[in-house]
Amino acid sequence: MAVTRRARSSGFGLGIAMILPAVLYVLLLVGVPFGMAFFYAFSDARIGSGGDHFVGFDNFASILDSPSFRTALKNSFIFTIASQLLVLVGSTALALALKDKFRGRGLVRFLIMLPWVAPISLGAIAWKWILDSIYSVINWVLIAVHLVKPFDKPMWLGTPKLAMISVIVVHTWRLLPFSTVIILAGLTALPRDIPEAAAVDGAGFWRTLFEITLPMLRPILNVAMLFGIVFTFTDMIVVYVMTAGGPYDSTQVLPSLAFFTGIQGSDLAAGAAISIFLVPLLVIVAYFMLRVAHRAEVT
Amino acid sequence: MAIVETRAVTKVFKAGTLGAVNDVDLVTEDGEFLVFLGPSGSGKTTLLRMIAGLEVPTSGDVLIGGEVVNDLSPRERRIAMVFQSYALYPHLTVYKNIAFPLRAQRVPKDQHRKKVEWAAGLLGIGALLDRKPRELSGGERQRVAVARAIVREPSVFLLDEPLSNLDAKLRASARAELEQFHRRVGTTTIYVTHDQVEAMAMGDRIVVLNQGVVRQIGTPKQVYDDPADTFVATFLGSPPMNLIDTGEVIVGFRPEHLVPAALAPSAALKFNLKIHNVEYLGSEWIVYGVPEGDRAGDKIVISRVPSIDLKIGTNHEFAVAEPHLRLFDKATEKRAPARPVSWP
Repeated sequence: MAVTRRARSSGFGLGIAMILPAVLYVLLLVGVPFGMAFFYAFSDARIGSGGDHFVGFDNFASILDSPSFRTALKNSFIFTIASQLLVLVGSTALALALKDKFRGRGLVRFLIMLPWVAPISLGAIAWKWILDSIYSVINWVLIAVHLVKPFDKPMWLGTPKLAMISVIVVHTWRLLPFSTVIILAGLTALPRDIPEAAAVDGAGFWRTLFEITLPMLRPILNVAMLFGIVFTFTDMIVVYVMTAGGPYDSTQVLPSLAFFTGIQGSDLAAGAAISIFLVPLLVIVAYFMLRVAHRAEVT
Repeated sequence: MAIVETRAVTKVFKAGTLGAVNDVDLVTEDGEFLVFLGPSGSGKTTLLRMIAGLEVPTSGDVLIGGEVVNDLSPRERRIAMVFQSYALYPHLTVYKNIAFPLRAQRVPKDQHRKKVEWAAGLLGIGALLDRKPRELSGGERQRVAVARAIVREPSVFLLDEPLSNLDAKLRASARAELEQFHRRVGTTTIYVTHDQVEAMAMGDRIVVLNQGVVRQIGTPKQVYDDPADTFVATFLGSPPMNLIDTGEVIVGFRPEHLVPAALAPSAALKFNLKIHNVEYLGSEWIVYGVPEGDRAGDKIVISRVPSIDLKIGTNHEFAVAEPHLRLFDKATEKRAPARPVSWP
């Protein structure tokens, strides 16, 4: 009895020791900044001044009044929903194409993984050149095939609508590999005889896709989509590198606005309020993420 | 209703290796229950999948209803298939599973319910229509798979080991149901199995396959009583046919025909058996023994008799009557014509 109890307690200690690094890591690198953001959001903190008086919801009231914030909030939703829709459709199509064996499949899979492997800022800088107002290769091609006139070429990052479309496309490009790999894994795990049964039952490609394959993939698609939503809502790199939120805040999203307000504008309190504004929403998303992940595990 | 025919059908999965199916010619009769029987790896499932259109033959033709269907997709062949795993759609209810082929084939919607209920009624699963596949037992799943296959009244019905996932008791009753069911609908049916009992019990005819080659096609009685070669002789029957090399030919006889000499007056083959082991199986005894005098090396021959009183280690004279001897050529292992046997 004594032996087992000691064994159990030492096993418990070992368990604590094993999980401690992960817990510390999360607490120090995520928990502390998150707690500070909360603290700042309800204070009047500024860079340089140690002012830390509790001001209640004043910061939230003031950012809600600011047109920049409201634009950024709207943009965040447009940016996230549009890029997630594109990612979902694109990665499903890619995963379906990459599922079956063909010559060179390994190479194509590698190429598709590249945007994910390469540093984001590097990719975004490359895109910045591709969409540059003077040196854009896209414009060069469009001019060469006489689709646009040399003196009236599109300013990809310089006009509000095109800039939004550009950052959405680049963000989609960047998230596509991740989603593709998740869906590919899901597709490979589907039993092979089910699509075969559908074929024998007389279903064509589209019916099999929409009535059999996709519904069976739904838990996996949900995981991919929820991860994508969180990645997109909290990410500012593409916007920061390509447009810095411009022109006229037309591509400003909440994370980039928080950065510009809090760090560059030195209004820590307002920046913190902006950055935690979406926390309730993201908590809901995270809750669904955990539930869906759990369900995908069970079935 | 249709006749299925294969002409020199061959499937080679990897160039340069032995084909999974080699040069298979066969023709079903209309409404027939044809069984593909063979050990695993014999090519029976591959052959079935080529008929279904899920596998493309390397060479040769598949014909359904007299028409070459090589280039037709499974949906255009008007066949139905039951998979070994049943391949039910896990996210759909039983009703929707059974209705799926109707939707896929654009059967007018107002007929769906009637047809689904007809198929479900035929298989006794009418009460399960609102369940999901995961809420069903193995036997119920198998019935749903069969119901899904018959609901659109296919011209050919293909079954790939549909009973192998059921337990022994359920398998026997499901087998009887399938037989009855076939008699009722009369659709040409091809049934793949490795279980000789299923094949013997259900098949109008049996196609015995080994290593992708047809060894024999015949009624259960033909393949059992008159096996075309030593493979068929030993694959069918449990325990299998005894084969003894007499020097010039291989002599075969079924265990139930090797009886104590007193019971076989006109014996064509008679020898002393040293009893090694005796098993009591309720309705019969299985006797294992070695022919005395080193006449067949250590070869064990098996006798199956209704009742016996033998002690292990003793010698007894056993015999086979002349009509029960089957001779096989030593070189080709194929059936040889009957002739007097001398076994020195």
